[in-house]
Amino acid sequence: MSDAAAPSTEKSVILQFVKANMRDYALLLSLLAIMIYFQFTTNGTLFMPVNMTNIILQNSYIVIMALGMLLIIVAGHIDLSVGSVSGFIGAVAAVLMVNYKLDPFFAVIVCLALGAIIGGVQGYFVAYHKIPAFIVTLAGMLIFKGLALTVLGGASVGPFPRIFQLLSSGYIADPFAVEGFNVLALLIGALVTGVIIFFNFKERRNQQAHGLAEEPDMIFYGRNLLIAIAFLGFSFLMAKYKGLPNVLVVMFALIALFVFITTRTTFGRRIYAMGGNEKAARLSGINTEWLTFLIFTIMGALAALAGLIFAARLNVATPKAGLGFELDVIAACFIGGAATTGGVGKVVGAVIGAFIMGVMNNGMSIMGIGIDWQQIIKGVVLMLAVFLDVYYKNRSH
Amino acid sequence: MQPILEMRGITKTFPGVKALTDVNLTIMPAEIHGVVGENGAGKSTLMKVLSGVYPHGTYTGDIVFEGQARRFATIGDSEDTGIIIIHQELALVPLLSIAENIFLGHETAKHGVIDWFEAFARTKELLKKVGLSEHPNTLITNLGTGKQQLVEIAKALNKKVKLLILDEPTSSLNETDSNALLALLQEFRAQGISSILITHKLNEVLKVADRITVIRDGKTVDTLDTSTAKVSEDRIIKAMVGREMVDRYPARTPKIGETIFEIRNWSVYHPQHAERKVIKNVSLHVKRGEVVGIAGLMGSGRTELSMSIFGRAYGQKITGEALISGKPADVSTIPRALEAGLAYVTEDRKTYGLVLIDHIKHNITLANLTGVSERGVIDDLRELAVANKYRKELAIRCSGVYQATINLSGGNQQKVVLSKWLFSGPDILILDEPTRGIDVGAKYEIYGIINQLVDEGKAVIVISSEMPELLGISDRIYVMNDGRMVAEMPAREATQEKIMRAIMKSWED
Repeated sequence: MSDAAAPSTEKSVILQFVKANMRDYALLLSLLAIMIYFQFTTNGTLFMPVNMTNIILQNSYIVIMALGMLLIIVAGHIDLSVGSVSGFIGAVAAVLMVNYKLDPFFAVIVCLALGAIIGGVQGYFVAYHKIPAFIVTLAGMLIFKGLALTVLGGASVGPFPRIFQLLSSGYIADPFAVEGFNVLALLIGALVTGVIIFFNFKERRNQQAHGLAEEPDMIFYGRNLLIAIAFLGFSFLMAKYKGLPNVLVVMFALIALFVFITTRTTFGRRIYAMGGNEKAARLSGINTEWLTFLIFTIMGALAALAGLIFAARLNVATPKAGLGFELDVIAACFIGGAATTGGVGKVVGAVIGAFIMGVMNNGMSIMGIGIDWQQIIKGVVLMLAVFLDVYYKNRSH
Repeated sequence: MQPILEMRGITKTFPGVKALTDVNLTIMPAEIHGVVGENGAGKSTLMKVLSGVYPHGTYTGDIVFEGQARRFATIGDSEDTGIIIIHQELALVPLLSIAENIFLGHETAKHGVIDWFEAFARTKELLKKVGLSEHPNTLITNLGTGKQQLVEIAKALNKKVKLLILDEPTSSLNETDSNALLALLQEFRAQGISSILITHKLNEVLKVADRITVIRDGKTVDTLDTSTAKVSEDRIIKAMVGREMVDRYPARTPKIGETIFEIRNWSVYHPQHAERKVIKNVSLHVKRGEVVGIAGLMGSGRTELSMSIFGRAYGQKITGEALISGKPADVSTIPRALEAGLAYVTEDRKTYGLVLIDHIKHNITLANLTGVSERGVIDDLRELAVANKYRKELAIRCSGVYQATINLSGGNQQKVVLSKWLFSGPDILILDEPTRGIDVGAKYEIYGIINQLVDEGKAVIVISSEMPELLGISDRIYVMNDGRMVAEMPAREATQEKIMRAIMKSWED
């Protein structure tokens, strides 16, 4: 790589690399293109600090559930119940905190545990009784939709205690008192940027030491520059409004955790192996039942967290909360490149997929496009994303 | 005589690879024509060109069938002219009946309503031609592989076949079924139907083929006429690999130690039919440094036996004792069997062995992820070192350890599966058909690996349907039939006849 190669071969190396990783770049570029498009059609509203904050708040629960859903889809299953479960947990939280005056912290823990148990029970039927996840979670979807209604007695329950509301409406307090600008947000943004870039460089040095660095220099530096611009720009926008929302921190920590789980741990590796070929994974000594049970449990806990965030955001639990969330979550994973056959999919892809949907929702709403057309356009985008995926996959073979 | 098929100057390129270069193939009427070559030599590609899987325009060269230039755009086009290909992986729908399968896509229907009486009558006729007496209503899933193969051929006959192409038809058949199939081809020849037989089993081509075309690296290197000259296996192998194979089984001086693994009175029942006993009171043992072969026909229970030993991966109501170095061992789940030092290398690497969409590195470490991780976190560089080590030691031919296993040839896939199990650090390896569907060169390398393993003091149990192979590599041979051990003999005393006699005799008991 260090040899003075002719510029033409250098160029072809870059082209080849881009081609090989087309899927990842295309996804990111689509998100950028969509954002820029709406920036124009909404006369600059999209990138306004208050709106960016809004996009985060509006989509955090979808992103959080997409993390768990990605594991499930990679494992070769599906979970249709997440919307109902999140609605049901929101209802339970409201009843516990509002009707029974339970301590909010304790109530949150009870709710997360309840979510995990719900996920675990569904996972148990999928893993140990080999009932298709589609059926189990379809049943779950009906059951928890009904239970949410029962728990709430058909009415809305609220408002929540102030401290619980902070989960969705609170911001990280800024110790630097500067009028109209949150210095802490920018600092944290800079710190996170620094950490990410530091690790990227460390990994690259490691790869180079073993002659593994496939990524051409230009793309590597360009990629890091883009990351820096995106993160710093984003934290700058956040800083100009109220700073970093609590939800953003929770979401970001979870994304980091799930990226780590899927790329670095034996647990993650086993999920991909199981989704890629369950029989081979079993014969390799992997306890596929236990693994399946675990990922559904994780999904349940994440659905519960999403339900809490959503309830805190609305400051009321309604019987309709969570309705149809599962569709957005599943769509996010598939737009993000997960394969219906299992074994394929990336956490970052699912997150970007969720934001593609989120930005479109937001942009179209600001433009005043009716809910009818919003649905149609989102459907077309999902179809198109998966179609292009399959089309290019077949062509490359 | 006018040839029935002429393929002239066929060249087919894939992005970056030239799969076929100026290949010529001539088939005479009423001829059985063998096509042999190592894996990846281009045999399957050539047949895909012929049958229209790769449509006209994606290759260069001419196809002349029955004196007419043909430009097939789809498989349907080639089938309409009477060229029918039967693939290695059978294309039958398991839960439909024989009759339904035979007429699939060509139903005997009037205005979309199927005339089942007609279908049955014709199915019976076709089945008789291929020597089957099954009822047309029998579901495919209830037939053995051999009979399924015959149903495929009956299906071909229904389409008025003129040229039958069989891709590795006997690779999953036992000797009796293979012979029946070959006899059928000879019968077809007598009726004027030509066939192309693609196979790795050289004794079979030599037995039935009139001429043999050898393909190497996408080129025709030789066409041998068995009627005019004496053709030997060695002659073909030489053409296939481009070098003389002096010895087909690498030599080894056995250093046999104490008994390391033993099972006693092992009985297993069928996983679905709880009343059916599949393995009946089997006992066997294997010593350190020993290669033990298990011979038997297809369906004799060898795979079922080994899978039931390996963490009860097969069957139910399993009884019997498993001992490791004389002490009772717990092999009741796959993780425990692994822990006890067992490894089972499956006969079906695509279904049970590999995560095909994943790359070599991930596949190699799959059975021993703890060996490359610390508290559940994988050390990427350690994993890479492991993968590269096996790549080098087993000579896995690939562009790198990040190549997806789906893109590897059969022999190299097998080496990846072997690497996976070697990395799990077993003392006792059960290899189920370790050389199925792989070429002569790769086979030799696999034998070398087996020798190396036993030299290190491990014990190896080999299941194989190719008797010369078993005789060539084993120290001791067990013979299984109908779920029972029917004979045991030292390999130097064993012969193919002796093994067959033991099997036949066990039927009489």
